[in-house]
Amino acid sequence: MLEVSDVRLGYVVDGEPHLAVGGVSFAIPRGSTTMLLGPSGCGKSTILKAAAGFLQPWSGTITVDGRAASAAPGPDRAVVFQEFDQLFPWRTVGGNLEFPLRANGRTREQARERAGHWLSVMGLDHAATRFPHQLSGGMKQRVAIARALALEPDVLLMDEPFGALDAQTRDRLQRELKQVAADTGITVLFVTHSISEAVYVGDQVVVLSTPPSDVVETLDVRGLDDPTEAAFVAAQTRLRSLLAGDEVAA
Amino acid sequence: MTQTAPPPTAAATGPDVPADVARRAPRWGDLPTVVRRGLLLLVLLVAWDLGVRFGGVSPLVLVGPLEVAEAMVEGVRSGALLDSTLLTLRILGQALAIGIVAAAVLTTLATWTTIGEDLLVLLTSMLNPLPAVAILPLAMLWFGINTTALIVVIANAVIWPIAINVSQGFRTANPTVVAVGRNIGLRGVRLVWYVLVPAALPHTVSGLKSAWAFGWRTIIAAELVFGVAGEGGGLGYFINNAKTYLHIADAFAGLVTIALIGICFDLVFTWLERRTVVRWGMKTA
Repeated sequence: MLEVSDVRLGYVVDGEPHLAVGGVSFAIPRGSTTMLLGPSGCGKSTILKAAAGFLQPWSGTITVDGRAASAAPGPDRAVVFQEFDQLFPWRTVGGNLEFPLRANGRTREQARERAGHWLSVMGLDHAATRFPHQLSGGMKQRVAIARALALEPDVLLMDEPFGALDAQTRDRLQRELKQVAADTGITVLFVTHSISEAVYVGDQVVVLSTPPSDVVETLDVRGLDDPTEAAFVAAQTRLRSLLAGDEVAA
Repeated sequence: MTQTAPPPTAAATGPDVPADVARRAPRWGDLPTVVRRGLLLLVLLVAWDLGVRFGGVSPLVLVGPLEVAEAMVEGVRSGALLDSTLLTLRILGQALAIGIVAAAVLTTLATWTTIGEDLLVLLTSMLNPLPAVAILPLAMLWFGINTTALIVVIANAVIWPIAINVSQGFRTANPTVVAVGRNIGLRGVRLVWYVLVPAALPHTVSGLKSAWAFGWRTIIAAELVFGVAGEGGGLGYFINNAKTYLHIADAFAGLVTIALIGICFDLVFTWLERRTVVRWGMKTA
């Protein structure tokens, strides 16, 4: 369970503090996927970075199973970034999965076995000996997801991982991620600016306002996986009007 | 960002190439690089030989390629050229080792502390533009006319290109990859060793390349001008000596040796890059 309680976050420019996130609270039940949705600049990635331990909240707490998450980065909160160049270019695909495991005390055999397992889960068996620069963008993101899952983290933090992919690849990876998340029962915090992605991939959607942002609404979208069914469309419409309404208000 | 590499079958003679393109007359550019350059070299050597034979130049000033080749064989057989070369390479090796260690220390300080960074920038901007040979007179005064003076001068010539490049490599390391390193739990020395060092490798190799090139030119120049290689003298001393006794073929043999060693080191660096940064897509070939 990941809990964000009354978190305020910001940045300092020329000694002037700017508040980006003004008191956000939500909770992700163990084994479910929560989408952070909001207009650009609303600080959704900032919240994810704080959960990963890269940033300190100005106030409030972020905890994973009761432990403070914002103290320092760690493999219990594996991050998948948007950038394709998040893989270690000097390691093969297999090496990219094995190295983090080795760095966290697994033996060579354990690392190899577990890397092999997650490579096959993500459909990457054939790519194990290739180097990242030989892969397409979609493949790279698949490797990054496999690498994060191989760490068997308490929570998977995804920062617009499909944002730079073409539509077809994005659709396929959304489907695969949803399947893997269901199979593994992992807890996921997923930042997105795509309404359809939020409804399709998530169990709940936390809608943020423009900065300094707070939670506009938390919408339950469990079980919605057919974009043509009425409930899916209704959820999308609802989210769209929440985002638009906020823009008007701002 | 590179995408999937093209399949290796897409050569210029593939089935989809229009017939007029595929059937055109063979051109110079179609030959392999080695053949092209080898042919050019041969033409130059023949021109040199003919020039010496029929140009009416005094053999005290210029000799032909065959005499130079003979002098090289003789120099290697007698040991005069070989020993000089090995001595010069040994001194350069020692200076490079010292330079690399010093550069590593400076770069580490510059990465961890602001004062170290300031120090590196200051020292680099002062000492890098200084022709290394210019401090040789002082070094000779301090350490005597011996190998130590030479090593100090060469070490100074190689520290700066290495330090600049490595610290630039550290500073420009891809922040996403560094964030991933921290995310998987790497801190401090482990983060540097497992993430920053490989991420900076393209810069490090260029630094080593220019360090070696600076060092090699400087050591030859220093030996030539001051003859300070100590016991027996190095390659520069060998050339200077040959000039003094009007052994022009020997002087040329020394120059050719310098060029050949330069080519060998270039090949080593190219091979190193192919095996690492090019293979990893961090640098194009």
